[in-house]
Amino acid sequence: MDVKEIIKPENLVYKKTKLMTDAPLSYCPGCGHGTAHRITMEVVEEMGIWEDTIGVAPVGCSVLAYDFMNIDMTQAAHGRAPAVATGIKRVWPNKYVFTYQGDGDLAAIGGNETIHACNRGENIVIIFVNNGIYGMTGGQMAPTTLPGMKSSTSPYGRDVKTMGFPLKMTELVAQLPGTHYVTRQAVHTPNAVRKAKKAIRKAFEIQKENKGLAFVEIVSNCNSGWKMEPVDANNWMVDNMFPYFPLGDIKVDGELVK
Amino acid sequence: MAKIKGAIEVDVEKCKGCGVCIPACPTDVILLAKDVNGKGYHYAYMENPEACIGCVNCAVVCPDGVISVYKVKVA
Amino acid sequence: MSEVKLMKGNEAIAEAAILAGADAYFGYPITPQSEVIEYLMVERPEDRTGMVVLQAESEIAAINMVYGAAGTGKKVMTSSSSPGVSLKQEGISYIAGSELPCVIVNVVRGGPGLGTIQPSQADYFQSTKGGGHGDYRLLVLAPASVQEMADFVDLSFELAFKYRNPVMILSDGVIGQMMEKVIMPKQKTRLTNEEIIEQYGDWATTGKPKTRERNIITSLELDPYRQEAHNHKLQAKYKKMEENEVRYEMINCNDADYVIVAYGSSARIAQKTMEMARKKGIKVGIFRLITLFPFPMKEINALADKVKGFLAVEMSAGQMIEDVRLAINGKVPAEHYGRYGGVIHSPEEVLEALEQKIIGG
Repeated sequence: MDVKEIIKPENLVYKKTKLMTDAPLSYCPGCGHGTAHRITMEVVEEMGIWEDTIGVAPVGCSVLAYDFMNIDMTQAAHGRAPAVATGIKRVWPNKYVFTYQGDGDLAAIGGNETIHACNRGENIVIIFVNNGIYGMTGGQMAPTTLPGMKSSTSPYGRDVKTMGFPLKMTELVAQLPGTHYVTRQAVHTPNAVRKAKKAIRKAFEIQKENKGLAFVEIVSNCNSGWKMEPVDANNWMVDNMFPYFPLGDIKVDGELVK
Repeated sequence: MAKIKGAIEVDVEKCKGCGVCIPACPTDVILLAKDVNGKGYHYAYMENPEACIGCVNCAVVCPDGVISVYKVKVA
Repeated sequence: MSEVKLMKGNEAIAEAAILAGADAYFGYPITPQSEVIEYLMVERPEDRTGMVVLQAESEIAAINMVYGAAGTGKKVMTSSSSPGVSLKQEGISYIAGSELPCVIVNVVRGGPGLGTIQPSQADYFQSTKGGGHGDYRLLVLAPASVQEMADFVDLSFELAFKYRNPVMILSDGVIGQMMEKVIMPKQKTRLTNEEIIEQYGDWATTGKPKTRERNIITSLELDPYRQEAHNHKLQAKYKKMEENEVRYEMINCNDADYVIVAYGSSARIAQKTMEMARKKGIKVGIFRLITLFPFPMKEINALADKVKGFLAVEMSAGQMIEDVRLAINGKVPAEHYGRYGGVIHSPEEVLEALEQKIIGG
């Protein structure tokens, strides 16, 4: 059967959601940000809530998230997205509000805002993309950089004696009574993407029911920052990031997963 | 028994040739082209189109959302 | 049913925010303005008007909550005192850059650093010249009484939405803590969500309906030519404020030989100085600034043609004096007098300074 006979509108089974704009993504080839954006927007589309969803973009690689997500969005100062989202949600409690943040933004400069928004149990969704490095500024050490991992500000590898340990922000916020659902996912394989999307869907459903804060970490790659080919970076992530940042639910229905 | 035939359509100019779709394909349909697009990327294409089963795995992992997937049942 | 009440300046500001139909207040405690959030927490405006009150984890979080909520077209206020306002500066710059309306109250205390909890006017530069990074201005109102603390809240919201710009009420520890009689304005009804979408739908992030393109609140523009064009737009707005929003009060300036320029509590102290001077036969007038930005350049310049000298009185080492001198442009002498670091000058000290620095000089 000829390909032309298959590629017809009536046979379409998957295409990019309309809630992603046609602007070419500013991310490096193979970067998980694009996938994380797309599945977030797919969830918003599938729930039919795009007219009531307001997103908050961070400072970092995803600072221009508002160019790619076809919904109303606010760009927050570095680390302040959870506070900005709090401000929006408190005055529009019936809207769906989410932040989309990287590890430098959420776990370093915005650590305080993250912890307090989680602790207040703000009815928002936080999507936290952790690639263990500062991507946008050119590959500096992040709070999540692994021990021994090289970056432009840990050129001989992260020495935990002087540079501290990678911060497990997701385990940390799971301890707070305000979080209802805390999970760690990835987007490097089709199955991982499907699971991550389910987690994001669950997070938005929790917001719908005003149950508290839903926190979805997505462990991702940074092939430019890690200086690897995209597929190699994904493999390196499986071998090195996942042992330190294991995938799976950490807190479900307000209870820590044993 | 009905057989499933699939095909993918790549938005060549937006493909960045990252190759993440290649290991995601269970039937080894996709490769990166020797040619490049307007940005100089070796874009993804169906090297082995007969094998495509329209499983959408490639589209699901594509960071740039440049893959559309089509599927038909062949009697 | 305007009823005379006895209130602290800080309480008057809080009550006025409820009455102005504000949608939210986000703040963090700091002396000498903690009564603002304390009053609101006691008053439960959520029950009275539906106004949201939240104690944030920091001034930084508070101003960013303001940024988020203001971006959705809601009427939002925050308050703090000097060190806290320093912390807010990044957020204020974002709000100015993104052209959002909001009201920021600064009940100034002495500095620099942690300084003191006593009153001061040493945040004039920070308030009127930008404060945070980049070329931007706040519209700055300086109340000199508890009544003005109350009256300027609604005015500030009006101006904030008129120009889509943050407005600062620059008060000080004297006015904030002082109790005076005050007549409160009538309760304004808060806008409904539908009214907000109707009125501010062209910019506010209230959720994207099919009928419009998405709204984005951002101060980022990587293309320098477009960023410059955005700055041109901001500057044109500030020029419009300079043309239309200058506010001031002249007291006994018609026959004055000497004029004291002051704002806030210094302007009140100067009134006593004026009385004392006039008793001695020295014709002193007062030019009280109500807006610090825009600054009444033309008005003070015109006054300089009629008088022999100016004394700028402020509880700082000399900040407003720079604008006074710019306005006078060398026509007549202008000197500064003020105690600072938390010390409040007395009317006698001000008179002595006037006699020595201006009349004698």
